[in-house]
Amino acid sequence: MSAALTEMGPYLALILVGFLPNEVWRVLGFVLVRGLDEDSQVVVWVRAVATATLAAVLAQLILSSQGALAAIPVWVRIGASCAGLLAFMIARRSVFVGVLAGEAVLVAGGAIWAP
Amino acid sequence: MQAPPTEPANADNAFLYGCRTAFASVFSFVIVFTYIGFGALCHDYGFSVGWSMLSTALQWAGPAQVILVTALGSGTALFEIAVAVALSSVRLLPIVVALLPLVRTERTRAWQLIHPVHYMAVSVWVETMRHAPALPRERRIAFCNGVGFTLVSLGVVSTAAGYYLQAALPAVFGAAAMFITPISFLTSTARNSKLLMEKIALGLGMVIGPLLALSKIEFDLLWTGILGGTLAYGVHRWRRTRSAAP
Repeated sequence: MSAALTEMGPYLALILVGFLPNEVWRVLGFVLVRGLDEDSQVVVWVRAVATATLAAVLAQLILSSQGALAAIPVWVRIGASCAGLLAFMIARRSVFVGVLAGEAVLVAGGAIWAP
Repeated sequence: MQAPPTEPANADNAFLYGCRTAFASVFSFVIVFTYIGFGALCHDYGFSVGWSMLSTALQWAGPAQVILVTALGSGTALFEIAVAVALSSVRLLPIVVALLPLVRTERTRAWQLIHPVHYMAVSVWVETMRHAPALPRERRIAFCNGVGFTLVSLGVVSTAAGYYLQAALPAVFGAAAMFITPISFLTSTARNSKLLMEKIALGLGMVIGPLLALSKIEFDLLWTGILGGTLAYGVHRWRRTRSAAP
């Protein structure tokens, strides 16, 4: 019973705090139908809050990495992120170039400095 | 992207045309590498492959999925995760609102819209808004379903591929696969920023987030969002009033 519960736990969490709070916006949009101004001040503020929240998660992924990424020294991970952003800006905002450059620095740095 | 040689004669053709449009779209590439990264992330945070694929199929929203996995994996309070996931997905509301008038007819039943509404993400929305206006109105839902079904399926398959690659590859490639998530979201969020405000919010979040996490403040994710977001919004308002002043 409890083993089944532990097994179900992640799925329950996925439905309750992953799927539902996400899907609610699609359903609300469907219910609202009548035009909601994408530039209304509340929507603009929420977009800023959402961006800052996502940024915090990305910083967490880079700074306190888990799994295979944790084997790469933290300053290589930071350096690779900066290199990726820099390449992205130089290459006229190309996400592809940014990701490639970041990955290249990460793999090179990892090959040289990883224990 | 070229116009269809012949107009889709029925709903099946419109669905297949949607599938082809999805494969030819730049988003198919973006989704494959984003979800390979997500699969790798799920593997190293200890989730099962079925769970990871279900997350892609049910949530179908990259930022929300990354928040869910990272926060669940590091033991964040469930309530806080739900709020953070909800905040990260507000963008889905206006795109659904903008989509419906394009695909709906007077005879459309609510159940016919369940699929297109669930498939709605920026990628599917952009492709539908670009191609659907050229199609007869009664074929548009089928077309949208074709685009959505194809991209979601690509996402689910790539999640599994990333998961197993992560298990099989040597450590340095595993690290590279896991790094796809932060670096691709960082650059694509910067790219999607329509306003300076969003770039400021991105920068503030990356600074305030780790600071609050280090000082072990409760609900650090939410406080970062509210603090960084409101500050960025304040700058946005201040610049607007200043430029509006005579």
